[in-house]
Amino acid sequence: MSGPDVMFPEEQQQMSLVCQRLARDANAKAVLLIGRDGQPIAEAGDVDELDVTSLSSLTAGNVAATGGISKILREKDFTSQFHEGEKTHVHITLVGGRAILVVLFDERSSLGLVRLRVKKSSDEMVRLFDQVAKKAAAKSQPSILTEITDSDIDNLFND
Amino acid sequence: MSFINYSSREINCKLVYYGPGLCGKTTNLQYIYQKTSPDAKGKMISLATETERTLFFDFLPLSLGEIRGFKTRFHLYTVPGQVFYDASRKLILKGVDGVVFVADSQIERMEANIESLENLRLNLTEQGYDLDKLPYVIQYNKRDLPNAAPMDQLKGVLNPTKVPEFEACATSGVGVFDTLKAVAKAVLTELKRGS
Repeated sequence: MSGPDVMFPEEQQQMSLVCQRLARDANAKAVLLIGRDGQPIAEAGDVDELDVTSLSSLTAGNVAATGGISKILREKDFTSQFHEGEKTHVHITLVGGRAILVVLFDERSSLGLVRLRVKKSSDEMVRLFDQVAKKAAAKSQPSILTEITDSDIDNLFND
Repeated sequence: MSFINYSSREINCKLVYYGPGLCGKTTNLQYIYQKTSPDAKGKMISLATETERTLFFDFLPLSLGEIRGFKTRFHLYTVPGQVFYDASRKLILKGVDGVVFVADSQIERMEANIESLENLRLNLTEQGYDLDKLPYVIQYNKRDLPNAAPMDQLKGVLNPTKVPEFEACATSGVGVFDTLKAVAKAVLTELKRGS
């Protein structure tokens, strides 16, 4: 399964709230929610100094590579990864098979606490992703794509 | 797979540059990076070996402007061209919205081009895609070299379905943006068509 293909403002706001709560409850430096294709979805905490786009792409690549390893070993997806740094540690979890939750933390927190809080947040995120998928399938909101005209696309590429 | 965020008003798409080893995929991205204004691009990432051969992928996030108040963001990836890295290539194709096949025009690389194109088709099929249904363009790179094969020969062998094709010299930038624009436009047109 790849990442979600759409996100609506209501669920985006709720995802951001879940990320903020997780950052606070886990004493984390930052929390990022990323699609499996590497698209940033939501973030919380101290992200001003972070290159979120690069981090998202590299994390998705990392998860994809780990998924490749699991396939060779005939394992199911490895659902979480932990990178221990000197100052910053990174905890990476798959959320419902379609997104990646990244928690950056330091000595003010612990792996045990992060794992505990991540579990609760993941469940909430899975529920929100299901909600988005249902909404998208029901086509209850008009798609921007239907409004785009050929000349809109042409205009984008006019020098 | 494209990602449309109605909250941040963004349309995100993934483009993959594919082709045999040393055909100039990374050079394409480097040229785009050099010639794009800082506000339209993010950091370019290259996961390369010590000898600067692509090990996993290169990545360049690019903004191409707005459509109806939505920012269009393209994530450009290259794959490692060396035959050995096939597992990595498959991973990078996941979620692809458009493909550029960069062919090496040198006559000696014809076999490598054919092998890489067959590999692209096969790997896409494994991921559930059909190259003939994806936005897809071909770039004939290194046209400036004296040992470049005639265009008719390259077209006949590599482009039987007659997708948009461009002659290029990625080191000097000839054809680089024409290729990018063509594939990006095809991706947006396909998104609109599929909606």
